Amino acid sequence: MTFAAAAGATPANDLLTVTDGVLGLAWLIPVVPLAGFVLVLVAQRWLAARAAYLGIGAAAVAFVLSVAVAWQVIATPATYLRPLPRWIDVGGLTVGFDLLIDQLTVVMLLVVTGVGLLVHLYSVGYMLGDSRFARFFAYLNLFLTSMLVLVLGSNLLTLFLGWELVGLSSYLLIGFWFEKRAYATAAKKAFITNRIGDVAFMVAMFLAFATLGTLDIVAIVAAAPTLTSGVAFTLVLLLLGGAAAKSAQIPLYVWLPDAMAGPTPVSALIHAATMVTAGVYLTVRLSPVLVASVDAMTIIAWIGAATALLAALIAMRQDDIKKVLAYSTVSQLGYMFIGVGVGAFREGIFHLVTHAFFKGLLFLAAGSVMHALANETDLWRMGGLRKVMPITFATSTVAWLAISGVPPFAGFFSKDQILTEAYLHGYGGVYLVGLLGAVITAFYMTRWYVMVFLGPARHREGIHPHESPSSMTVPLVVLGVLSAIGGLVLNPVHSGPLYRFLAPISGDISGLGYTPVGPLGEAQLIPISIVAVSIGIAIAWLLYARRDLSGGRLVDPVRGPVAELMERRFLVDEVYEAVLVTFGTRVARALTWVDRRIVDGAVMGSGAASMATGRLARRAQTGMVRTYATVMIVAVALLLAAAVALTSDALAGLVR
Amino acid sequence: MPTGAYLILAAAVFSIGLVGVMLRRNLIVLFMSIELMLNAVNLTLVAGSRMWGNADGQVFTFLIIVVAAAEVVVGLAILVNLFFRRGTVDVDVPALLRS
Repeated sequence: MTFAAAAGATPANDLLTVTDGVLGLAWLIPVVPLAGFVLVLVAQRWLAARAAYLGIGAAAVAFVLSVAVAWQVIATPATYLRPLPRWIDVGGLTVGFDLLIDQLTVVMLLVVTGVGLLVHLYSVGYMLGDSRFARFFAYLNLFLTSMLVLVLGSNLLTLFLGWELVGLSSYLLIGFWFEKRAYATAAKKAFITNRIGDVAFMVAMFLAFATLGTLDIVAIVAAAPTLTSGVAFTLVLLLLGGAAAKSAQIPLYVWLPDAMAGPTPVSALIHAATMVTAGVYLTVRLSPVLVASVDAMTIIAWIGAATALLAALIAMRQDDIKKVLAYSTVSQLGYMFIGVGVGAFREGIFHLVTHAFFKGLLFLAAGSVMHALANETDLWRMGGLRKVMPITFATSTVAWLAISGVPPFAGFFSKDQILTEAYLHGYGGVYLVGLLGAVITAFYMTRWYVMVFLGPARHREGIHPHESPSSMTVPLVVLGVLSAIGGLVLNPVHSGPLYRFLAPISGDISGLGYTPVGPLGEAQLIPISIVAVSIGIAIAWLLYARRDLSGGRLVDPVRGPVAELMERRFLVDEVYEAVLVTFGTRVARALTWVDRRIVDGAVMGSGAASMATGRLARRAQTGMVRTYATVMIVAVALLLAAAVALTSDALAGLVR
Repeated sequence: MPTGAYLILAAAVFSIGLVGVMLRRNLIVLFMSIELMLNAVNLTLVAGSRMWGNADGQVFTFLIIVVAAAEVVVGLAILVNLFFRRGTVDVDVPALLRS
C-alpha cells in the first residue's frame, strides 16, 4: 500500500461533506456486520454451522468497503463528513449518526476490519463443534459493529455509543462459556471495570459540552486552543480515565488478564484489533485537546511507562500461555500511552497497528497450540512443538521477533520510535523506564517462545499434537507476513509514509517547547535499544533454552521473593479485592438496609396505616338500616343545632 | 288559631314519626312513620303559607305529596320483594353487607 505524500510540515485537512460515491456508502461498514449479527442471532438454529459463512461474509464486506474508503482518502486526503439522520435534537444539543472519515479513521478501519476478518476465518476452525457455534459468529459481528461505530462516529456521543457496545460485546464474548463460574465472573469484572472508565468519559463529555457547547469532534478539536488550562487539564484527565479502562492502563488494567476466559479468537480480537485500541484511538483523535495541557500529557506518559514496566514484570513469571500474552498486551498498550503522552501521537498509532499484527498473531498461534494440545494452557506442559507444528512455529517466530523489537520486524520500528520521541521530547525518566520495559519484553517473550516450541516435549501422555487446519493457519500466515514487513513498509524511518499520511490529524506539538534530554540523536538511540533487546533475549535464552524444564515451575530459574511477587501479580488483585470490593460490599449492604427498612418501611407503612384505618371505619357499617337512620337524624339534629346557634338572631325573628 | 299552635302540632307529629323510624323494626310501620314526618312538614308549610298570605308553601306541599307517593311505590316494591325472598318484613334481618 502506498500513501500519498502530504505537502508541507503540518498540513491542515479540508472539511468536505460527501453523500455519494464510496464515501457515501461508508455507513454500510458498521451496518453490514450489524445485519450479520441480527440475522445469525435470529436464524441460528436454522443456520447452524452455516452461520460462519454469514459472519465471515459480513466481515469481508466491511473490510472491502474499508479498503475502498481508504483508497479514496489516500487519493484525496481530507476530513470527510457523511451526513446521516439525526439521533438526538434537543435544546442546543444536536447529535447525528454522521460519519467522520479522515486519515486516522482509515487506519483504524483497516486494522479493525482486517484483523477482524482474519479472526472470523480462524474461528471457523477453532470453534468447530462448539454447541453455540452460530452465536459466536453473531457476537463477533456485534463486536466488529461496535468498534466500527466507535471509529466512525463524528460525535463524542456516537463514539460513546460504540464505546458502550464494545463493552457489551466484550462481556458477551469473555463470558461466552458462562457455564464456568470463573468465566462468567471474568466477564463481569471486565464490564464493571470498564464502567468506571465510562463514568469518567461521560463526565468528560459533560465538561466538553458545558465549556464548548458541542460534542462534535471536529468542532471540539477546532475550539481546543480556546480552552483555559484548568479546563483542558481536567478534560484530558477525564478522557484518560475513560481511555485507561478500555486500554487497560494502571489502575484499571485488571480486567484484561482475566478476559483470557473467553475463547482464544476473542482474546485476539479484544487484544489486538478492537477494544483495547479504543482508548489510544480516543486520545489521538482528541490530540489537539491534549496539547492544550502538557501537564496532563506528562501524567499520561508516566501512567503508560508505569503500566509498561509493571505488566512486563508480571509477564516474566506467568505460567499460562495466554496470561503471558495478556500482560504483554497491557505492557504494549503502556508504550502506546507513552507515545500519546510525550506528544508522539502518530508513533502511538503506528505501534497500535504493528501491535495489532503481531499480538493478533501471537494469540492465534497460542490458540493453535492449545488446539493441538487438547486445551493445555500450562507453559510447563508444552515444548517440542517445533517439528510437529511447522506453520505455527514459523509464524510465532516472526511474532516473537516482532514484539521483542528485533529489526527489521514490525515491532522494532514502532516501539523504538516511541522511545526515541520520549527522549527527544525531554522525558528522560519515561525513556529509561521504557527501555527497561523493552529488555523485559524481550526476556519474557523469549521465555514464552522457548517454553512453547523448543526443547523436548513435556506434554501429558496420550496427546498427539498436530498442525491446525488451514482455516486457522491461513490467518497465521497473513498476520505473519504483516508482522514481518509491516513496519518496514509503513514507516521504516521517522517521517515515513504513515507519519506523513497521519500528519493532518495529529495535534500540533510545536508550541509545547520540547527539548531533548541529552545530545543523543536517533542514530545513537537505535543501537542502544537494539543492544537492550539483545540483552533481554540473550538472558532468557541462556536461562531457559539450555535447561531441563521437565521439573515444572519449581525449576524456574527466576526465583526469590521478588519473583514470587511477580507471580502473584504484585497482589494488585488482592488489594483491590480487600479495599474496593470490601468497601463496595459494605456500601451495598448499608444501602440494602436503608432500602429494606426505610424506603420499603415507608411504602409498607403507608399501606398498613390505610388498612388499619379501614378496619376501624368498617365498624361503622353495621348493615342495620335503623342505625343508619338514627345516625343520620342525630347528625342532622346536631347540624341544625349548630346552625341555630350561629344564626339565633334570624331564627328569633321567625318565631316571634 | 295562632300559627304557633299549628307548628307545635306539626312538631309533635314529626317527633312521633321520628321515634317510629328509630325504634320500630317492621318495614310497614317504618313507612308509615316516614309518612307522618312528611305530613308534619306539609302542615308546617301550609301554616306558614297562610301566615304570610303567600301560595308558595302550598305549591311545595303538593310537590311533597307527589314525591311521597312515588317514594311509597318504590318502597312497597322493595318491601314486597323482601317478603317474597325472606318471608319477613323485619328490617334488621337482611344485614347482608355485614361480613
